[in-house]
Amino acid sequence: MLQIEKLTKRFGDKTAVDAANIAVDTPKMIGIIGRSGAGKSTLLRMVNCLSDATEGSIFFEGEDVTTLRGAAKRNWQSRCAMIFQQFNLVPRMDVVSNVLHGTLNKRSTAATLFNLYPQSDIHRAIEILDRLGIAEQAPKRAEALSGGQQQRVAIARALMQDPKIILADEPIASLDPMNAQVVMQSLRTIHEEDGRMVIANLHTLDTARRYCDRVIGMRDGRIVFDGTPEQLTTGVARDIYGADASFSEAATSTEIETLDRAEVRAAEVYA
Amino acid sequence: MADISLSGTPHSVDSIQASYMAQVQRRRLYGGLTLLIFVVLMVSGFNIADDRNAGGFWEGLHQIGDYPADVVSEAWEKRADLPALIAKFFPALVETINIAAVSTLIGAMGGLFLSLLGTRGLAKWPRLIPVFRRISDVMRAVPEIVIALVLIFVLGGGPVPAMIAIAIHTAGALGKMFSEVAENADLKPVEGLASTGASWSQRMLLGVLPQVAPNYVSYTLLRFEVNIRASAILGFVGAGGLGYELRNAMAWGPGRFDEAAAIFILLFGTIVFFDQVSSRYRNRLTEGQAQ
Repeated sequence: MLQIEKLTKRFGDKTAVDAANIAVDTPKMIGIIGRSGAGKSTLLRMVNCLSDATEGSIFFEGEDVTTLRGAAKRNWQSRCAMIFQQFNLVPRMDVVSNVLHGTLNKRSTAATLFNLYPQSDIHRAIEILDRLGIAEQAPKRAEALSGGQQQRVAIARALMQDPKIILADEPIASLDPMNAQVVMQSLRTIHEEDGRMVIANLHTLDTARRYCDRVIGMRDGRIVFDGTPEQLTTGVARDIYGADASFSEAATSTEIETLDRAEVRAAEVYA
Repeated sequence: MADISLSGTPHSVDSIQASYMAQVQRRRLYGGLTLLIFVVLMVSGFNIADDRNAGGFWEGLHQIGDYPADVVSEAWEKRADLPALIAKFFPALVETINIAAVSTLIGAMGGLFLSLLGTRGLAKWPRLIPVFRRISDVMRAVPEIVIALVLIFVLGGGPVPAMIAIAIHTAGALGKMFSEVAENADLKPVEGLASTGASWSQRMLLGVLPQVAPNYVSYTLLRFEVNIRASAILGFVGAGGLGYELRNAMAWGPGRFDEAAAIFILLFGTIVFFDQVSSRYRNRLTEGQAQ
């Protein structure tokens, strides 16, 4: 389905991503972990064609997306949705309009200018918002929402694109633990119910372990680990993060369970 | 797994869809009405202006290319003379650029003081902020050509009145732009310097200027480009430089169009040259700021 071959990105003499090889056959939920600056974001941005690869190629269902230009490239971008750490919504527009931005690739600029979205699209946008539990926020401005709600609007925009792949670049890094759990759970639900591939950059190990089927570890631009969450032992994690024996997962955890076991059980029942 | 909702008792999706659709319909209606009013006003305004126009817009429209065509065809016939003419008018070009450069420098200094004295949070005398703001309003409200005409009447023709006229306008315009940049400056360094007992001018020099310098230089370079054009135009009213020569060449009519063409080429080349130089320099400044 998705094949990344010897993908390399250089900024001047600095190599951000160094000959990365990833092959995915069936839609999975994949977590990419690594230190800040390990090249996780650059990798995702290249898959979405937000930045060009220096070398290498990305094949999706046999088509090399790194060579796409113009309308073909924008069409690929609409099939591969992206979610950002800072949500990247248009703050002054209402929630439904932000979700409708997911259909921009199919609309002309003139229709967009006069806000002429078809009624079916508007209804679908509100249904997606309802699925994410924020339908009541529909007429509000995006900037009036909390961080967790804004991230769910961003996920709704991604779903509106009806993509094959959802890329999530640190989706929970600026959220509190409760909202982080809601957002990760939403991504997991989308993966399981719709069968979409989800690739998420995560900076906490426990999130990757808990929600992902497969974990990829990056260090200094190279892929140093690729396996199941069970194979991700503390020793391997220390290698990925280049940490010494004092490294402890609990120290960076955003999960509530590390603080209070009882609350986690409650949350799981809830979920 | 499926229910990820955090809401208490949600409205039904249908009612949310219906109320949002109603809101969209209303917005489209208002948008359509605004567009309609805009089109009606534009068309009626154009018709009124066309009625009052002495020549008539549609009758004159096809003649619009006549003058440039005359100039180009005559210049093409006498193209052998063009290099000599360009060399002949080069000193006038230097005079025009000099007027622009000096007035930009003086105007930028004036604008700097007006902006620092007219920005909330930075001003030395906060109560006088409206005074300095109105001074800069007046300076940029009066057109350069009006100031230049008055000064030429008083001081006689030449580059000095033009320089003063452009400098006054530049100070007003840059004062406004500078003060918008200064409003966004971080006040923490200023407070830090104030805590050490620094004077107002020391606080501005060391606390504010390093923050705003790239933007100030960039606006000043943009203003320099504008001023080259302005100083060429002021030549028309007797301020010397390239504009004066251009008016003479144009007023003589056919026969001197080769001179007009040479001056246009010089002016165009100069503006492109300074535009390129300053945009490259401005890019470097803003990129350097981002790093």
